[in-house]
Amino acid sequence: MCGICGCGQPEQTAKHSHHHDHSHQQHDHYAERLVQVEQDILSKNNRYAEQNRDYFKQHHIFTLNLMSSPGAGKTTLLVETIKTLQGRIPIAVIEGDQQTEHDANRIRATGAPALQINTGKACHLDAHGIGHAVMELELGDHSLLAIENVGNLVCPSSFDLGEARKVVVLSVTEGDDKPLKYPDMFHAADLMIINKTDLLPYVDFDVERCIQYARQVNPDIQVIELSTTKGNNFSAWTNWIEENI
Amino acid sequence: MHEISLLENVLEILEENAKSQGFKQVKKVCLEIGMLSCVEPDALRFGFDVVMKNTLAENAVLEIKQTQGLGTCKHCGQTVPLETLHDPCIVCGSPGVVVTQGNEMKIKDLIVI
Ligand SMILES: Nc1nc2c(ncn2[C@@H]2O[C@H](COP(=O)(O)OP(=O)(O)OP(=O)(O)O)[C@@H](O)[C@H]2O)c(=O)[nH]1
Ligand SMILES: [Mg+2]
Ligand SMILES: [Zn+2]
Ligand SMILES: [Zn+2]
Repeated sequence: MCGICGCGQPEQTAKHSHHHDHSHQQHDHYAERLVQVEQDILSKNNRYAEQNRDYFKQHHIFTLNLMSSPGAGKTTLLVETIKTLQGRIPIAVIEGDQQTEHDANRIRATGAPALQINTGKACHLDAHGIGHAVMELELGDHSLLAIENVGNLVCPSSFDLGEARKVVVLSVTEGDDKPLKYPDMFHAADLMIINKTDLLPYVDFDVERCIQYARQVNPDIQVIELSTTKGNNFSAWTNWIEENI
Repeated sequence: MHEISLLENVLEILEENAKSQGFKQVKKVCLEIGMLSCVEPDALRFGFDVVMKNTLAENAVLEIKQTQGLGTCKHCGQTVPLETLHDPCIVCGSPGVVVTQGNEMKIKDLIVI
């Protein structure tokens, strides 16, 4: 049973009751009729996301949804973040990948709790899965929950998980035009991290142009340039967390 | 992939409505998909029959109404058409246009029996 969504509990509502003061012969079961629905396709996800958000608020859990294409450096970034903030902020991680437990194991190696969600064919996490993962993780109050979404610059942007901030990680080997090619993601993000800046000398990536493109699709997006593995400007990111938490 | 999971959401909503509105079979599904939403109508059509197989909406007809992108310019206040989320205002050229229409991904109505 899930404490947030209650989905393991028997259904109590919506039992269709219908008074049979007519015989079933009279009742035209084959008449077509129009039903107005007017419901957002993602309304169910959005409802779960709101429940998650309420839970996070009540328990003072600051939740980040990290998104990027595969290999931009999300797990490495989280591992270094946990090491840097150790002793200051308790951190737990939910890892989303189609297959394997690899990323959760990398997080656990730091000593932080991690839960792996394997999405199978699905290319994104959804709010219902996050609700269950949160119950399993038994998060403490006043903590940071980082959700690493499935590596994909398209779909995860449409699925609200109940997070406080969406963070998109773009590495400099991917090309500076990604914000224009995948505008929905950059439009949805609160913060863009430009990662692997240590590789700038070797690739044709114009940081200024990338930021300009990102602001074209999202004038309010914040930007931090850093190298996770070399540590350049890494504190800008951990400061951002401490300011926003 | 994305479209398949959206269609699974559509199916859940159909099943909920079948209970609350008392119908057993869906003959037609009408969706409203905005041009600015990241959904490809062709991919929805392609996946629809697969996802609806062996459900209350097996063999249902799918109709997709597309709505144009529209926004209000924060700078000059005009309502302007949008082709993407990041088009500048066609009247004054400024970039801050707030989307007012075209993001929809909705189930509008159904024909049921
Ligand atoms: N040079 C350099 N390499 C980096 C940096 N950050 C990460 N990497 C490398 O990039 C590769 C991918 O990193 P991951 O952290 O696994 O990327 P990810 O985004 O979690 O990947 P998926 O979970 O598969 O989507 C690894 O080999 C990292 O060592 C960086 O700042 N500089
Ligand atoms: Mg990873
Ligand atoms: Zn998807
Ligand atoms: Zn204008």
